[in-house]
Amino acid sequence: MKPVLMCCSVSVDFDGFYALQGADLKVYPHEVRFLIGPNGAGKTTLLDVICGKTRASSGKVLFYSHDITDMPEHKIVQLGISRKFQSPSIFHQLTVWENMELALKQDRGLFAVLRAKMSEADRDMIITLLQRIELLDYADQKAGSLSHGQKQWLEIGMQLIQFPQLLLLDEPIAGMSAAERERTGELIHEIARDCAVVIVEHDMDFVRRFSKQVTVMHEGKVLCEGTMEDIQQNEKVVEIYLGREEKAC
Amino acid sequence: MIKKNWMYWMFFLALFLAPFYLTEFRLSLLGKFLCFAMIAIGISLIWGYTGILSLGHGVYFGLGAYCMAMYLKLEASGGRLPDFMEWSGVNNLPWFWKLFEHPIISISSAIIVPVLLAMFLSYFTFRNRIKGVYFSLLSQAIVVVFVTLFIGKQEWTGGTNGLTNFSTVFGFSLSSPLTQIVLYLLTVVLLLSMFLFSRWLTRSRFGRVLVAIRDSENRVRFLGFNPTTYKVFVYSLSAAFAGIAGAMFVLQVGLISPAMMGIIPSIEMVLWVAVGGRSSLIGAIIGAIVTNGAKSFFSENYPDIWLLFLGGLFIAVVLFLPNGLAGVYQSVKQRKKQGEVRANEASSHVLQRVSRF
Repeated sequence: MKPVLMCCSVSVDFDGFYALQGADLKVYPHEVRFLIGPNGAGKTTLLDVICGKTRASSGKVLFYSHDITDMPEHKIVQLGISRKFQSPSIFHQLTVWENMELALKQDRGLFAVLRAKMSEADRDMIITLLQRIELLDYADQKAGSLSHGQKQWLEIGMQLIQFPQLLLLDEPIAGMSAAERERTGELIHEIARDCAVVIVEHDMDFVRRFSKQVTVMHEGKVLCEGTMEDIQQNEKVVEIYLGREEKAC
Repeated sequence: MIKKNWMYWMFFLALFLAPFYLTEFRLSLLGKFLCFAMIAIGISLIWGYTGILSLGHGVYFGLGAYCMAMYLKLEASGGRLPDFMEWSGVNNLPWFWKLFEHPIISISSAIIVPVLLAMFLSYFTFRNRIKGVYFSLLSQAIVVVFVTLFIGKQEWTGGTNGLTNFSTVFGFSLSSPLTQIVLYLLTVVLLLSMFLFSRWLTRSRFGRVLVAIRDSENRVRFLGFNPTTYKVFVYSLSAAFAGIAGAMFVLQVGLISPAMMGIIPSIEMVLWVAVGGRSSLIGAIIGAIVTNGAKSFFSENYPDIWLLFLGGLFIAVVLFLPNGLAGVYQSVKQRKKQGEVRANEASSHVLQRVSRF
């Protein structure tokens, strides 16, 4: 099977500090891939490189057959990669509905947007998705007035409505209650029916519960890959990451 | 819808009927204020809606004004060299002045020249993701550049005195009351069109993209929009409004000089919008009229201390009315609405309790 995403020895140099030092990653369709690793391992930086927020100083990022290493961010999005940021990044002054309207898959050129009208199909799509993220009752509220967990969901919803082929989630459950976490985990697996998902997550219980494939990063490189059980057996991982955490506990 | 809008229509109707109830002097003042209101609409679009603070709109206003003034000056000189050129020892009309013998070229360049400058400045700054204070400072620098240039090139621009002493436009005397009334009505029509166009823009999906850029430009980018295109468009649109305002200003006031496009007027333009309420188009219009109206009222009645009143007005707005005059209206409306909701809630609580017993 052809991978959706291929990162080939990606390095990022922040003025002499190497946040990534030749990271490799392959993600296949319908996969839910968790990225874990200690702070500063380069997980978020890797997501930044994939979506174009940070430029790789060397290496290549391929999305199917497209080389997206140097593509502008908005073009990468238009190809079908969408990104949820760590702290909820939504439009506070717009209503929940308007947030979703802007996220709709559409021609995002200036003149197309000037003429844009909400079609019946778009309307239904937004309603369906708002139901799925349980925000339909809040459709007319300003997004800024939502709770933290709801903002997280709204941002996830804004990514889903674009029907991406690859979804990048950075700590999606931060600040959520136990029930919300559970629902988010289920939602992620529902999403994976239509697209590949890459998730950066610190919460080990959540990773254990919802992961199939886990990639461990350390000091800007990929240390190992496998299921959570495999990884827990891996001595190196235990040493640098899990062990330290368990000792701390 | 109609009920909500009747105040707008009353306001514009009052402007249209002004020639019937204002003296010639007051009418020409109002005409001048309405030109300022055009600039205010543009600033509300870029500042209130999109979050771009430009401290350089004096330049776009000035360029529009000079383009119109060059035509008027040539018409007044009647085929001879404009007076200030003779004084500066110029013998032939410079080539670019010759272009302004044609009315269509002058009128269209009153829009095109400011727009081109705005596109140039905004494209290179926004593409390089320069924003916030840095953009404001750059826009201010443009003002300094142009004012210096216009004062320095006296033989082409009339220097510090600017361009004045016009007599006719298309053969009609500028001093005749009828011409002035026609120009005034044209100003109202232009202002109304700009207002309606901007209102349509801000209520469309395009308008929501502008607010989204103000809230979180990065998120807009990662939804697949290119914010640079949107910002350049709206910034250039506001420059076009300022250019048109400049042309109408010159026709009614009969004078343009570098002092009118300098740093202080540029900052004043932002103040009008702050007074009126920056995220309200009608607020911006009213802000421009009220501020300038207050300025002339205070200066007529208290010639010694009028600046203090004006300063007090600005301080009061900044301290007590963060959303300007339009914000006052909205918060009163909201409070009324909340009051109704609370009353309803209270009555339903009472009903629930009653039903429990």
